[in-house]
Amino acid sequence: MNKQNIIELKNIFVSFGEEKVLDGLNLEIKDKEFITLLGPSGCGKTTTLRIIAGFLDANAGDVVFEDKTINGVPSYKRQVNTIFQRYALFPHLNVYENVAFGLRVKKLKETEIKEIVTEMLHLVNLDGFEKRSIATLSGGQQQRVAIARAIANRPKVLLLDEPLAALDLKLRKDMQKELRRIQRQLGITFVFVTHDQEEALTMSDRVVVMNKGKIQQIGTPQDIYNEPENAFVADFIGESNILDGVMIDDFKAEFSGHTFECLDKGFNKNESVDVVVRPEDVDIVPADKGMLKGVVTSVDFLGVHYEIIVDIGGFKWMIQTTDECFVGDNVGLYIEPDAIHIMKKSEYSGLYGDYSTYSEEMEHLSDIEPEADDE
Amino acid sequence: MNKKSFGSRLVAAPYIVWSAIFIVVPLIIMVYFALTDANGAFTLSNFAQIGKFKKAFGLSILYAVVATVITLLLSYPMAYCMTKLKVNHQRMIMLLIMLPMWMNFLIRTYSWITILANTGLINKLVTALGFEPLQLINTPGAVILGMVYDFIPYMILPIYTAMSKIDNSLLEAASDLGSNSISRIRRVIMPLSLPGVISGITMVFVPSVSTFYISQKLGGNKTLLIGDAIEYLFNTGPQYYNVASTLSLILMVMILVCTLIMNRFSDDEEAVVI
Repeated sequence: MNKQNIIELKNIFVSFGEEKVLDGLNLEIKDKEFITLLGPSGCGKTTTLRIIAGFLDANAGDVVFEDKTINGVPSYKRQVNTIFQRYALFPHLNVYENVAFGLRVKKLKETEIKEIVTEMLHLVNLDGFEKRSIATLSGGQQQRVAIARAIANRPKVLLLDEPLAALDLKLRKDMQKELRRIQRQLGITFVFVTHDQEEALTMSDRVVVMNKGKIQQIGTPQDIYNEPENAFVADFIGESNILDGVMIDDFKAEFSGHTFECLDKGFNKNESVDVVVRPEDVDIVPADKGMLKGVVTSVDFLGVHYEIIVDIGGFKWMIQTTDECFVGDNVGLYIEPDAIHIMKKSEYSGLYGDYSTYSEEMEHLSDIEPEADDE
Repeated sequence: MNKKSFGSRLVAAPYIVWSAIFIVVPLIIMVYFALTDANGAFTLSNFAQIGKFKKAFGLSILYAVVATVITLLLSYPMAYCMTKLKVNHQRMIMLLIMLPMWMNFLIRTYSWITILANTGLINKLVTALGFEPLQLINTPGAVILGMVYDFIPYMILPIYTAMSKIDNSLLEAASDLGSNSISRIRRVIMPLSLPGVISGITMVFVPSVSTFYISQKLGGNKTLLIGDAIEYLFNTGPQYYNVASTLSLILMVMILVCTLIMNRFSDDEEAVVI
């Protein structure tokens, strides 16, 4: 057993009635890392967190904490603390008593409690808020109280269930930095659940991409973004053009009617594959110099760059470029070998089309819906 | 809303008229009688007579307190257990609690006589087993039993409502912070269900302290409660209206003071508002 692992989930199955929520989940969480469970609504990420917290027992599988199996150990005996999505602060207690809750349960001396609460409130920048009632706090302040309350118990692992979902964008960005700072300062393991891929990439040491109760990929943010394992991950993380292709030979892939050099190998000859090209990795060149030729069908100016849609033989590519183009222009696309990423075919192949029906608003809407309560 | 629209005033109008006729006017009449003598002249002499009813007042308060405490001790665990059940089971039990209330209060109390009487159900069983019959009816215990039985739904309902409103994530949070089930009850459920307890106590104590029917039917004429005294005086003749009104006024003020004191324990909007 790996000594670095603080938590191991082994072959966890959970179903609610007919519905499979976790389907043979295996996950190793390293000590002191910031790991994020990322996935769409209903992918099982919150359920995974609840299994670790002890609010839910798996139908099958083992939960191992510091080399000890803790299946069935109630949550109040586990050395983990949770920050709940809607904070779950005690409305009948003031800020001080909320933070002191776990310490009082442990029957610490009043002087010790005072010392720890003061320290925690300082850590989350809430000095002087001791006597305030919970109802008078803003969302961001409640969030900080929830953090202080959880870490006052010095847990070995802190579980965070979409803690930033209820905050507005600016506050959210601040809290992301804040959480990262607190995690480094305390040196404890954070298990963070979110459906926001940007949040996951910014904050985490490692990201676990989940869908349909299964882990799709585990890796550093860079791995997840640059080397997605299947079409689901490629589509869920960032923008991507996902095309049908054929691996003619090592380092040689054919798609969109053109053979490209690439850096991938190890596939069978003429194996069909999924090809990912990120929008920012495509260069716009004059039509006669391009590997592929097409017509610009839409141009959006986003400040940093333009987001343009280019129709190439019926497939609509999304390209992010700083070169100005106009609708109707004939352009050429130039793709460097390292911009091409080849993936094995999977159950997700062909599910994610091109950008012909693309609308940023739709994308955004499907993103913000918080995960339904799993109970 | 500070400025009420004409529409909302119109909707409230029937209630205001109703309150005026059936609440405010009787109160004025009561105060009038309490402060006048049989000839209608202003006097405070009625208050001098209440010394005679000290015992009835004391007994009323004692019985009401005992009945309220017993009701609370029975209702609190009951309400707690109910919230742990499946939702349709909760509804079923709620129905069972409400079921006796479909029957008239007087009939319900009367039916206890047939159970507790010297030749009633229980004593038939006791004598059949070869024991001496027990004195059950016409005892203080029977009166308190009647109060508890009649008013227990008013205690269970508000406590149950307050408890079922407690967000489950608060209990999970408490557990997460190290609380076992007993500590969760003490630190989260009890403080958060307090408003329900306060309204329950008020809703049981007030009718208990002023009841007359229960004590007459189940207590015989051994126990004279203040409600009995008022009823007796009113029934005896118009010459006693003034004293009876004075007693009613004092009882009302007493209840008012009790309720105000209770409300101080909970600043929640759910507490009974007066």
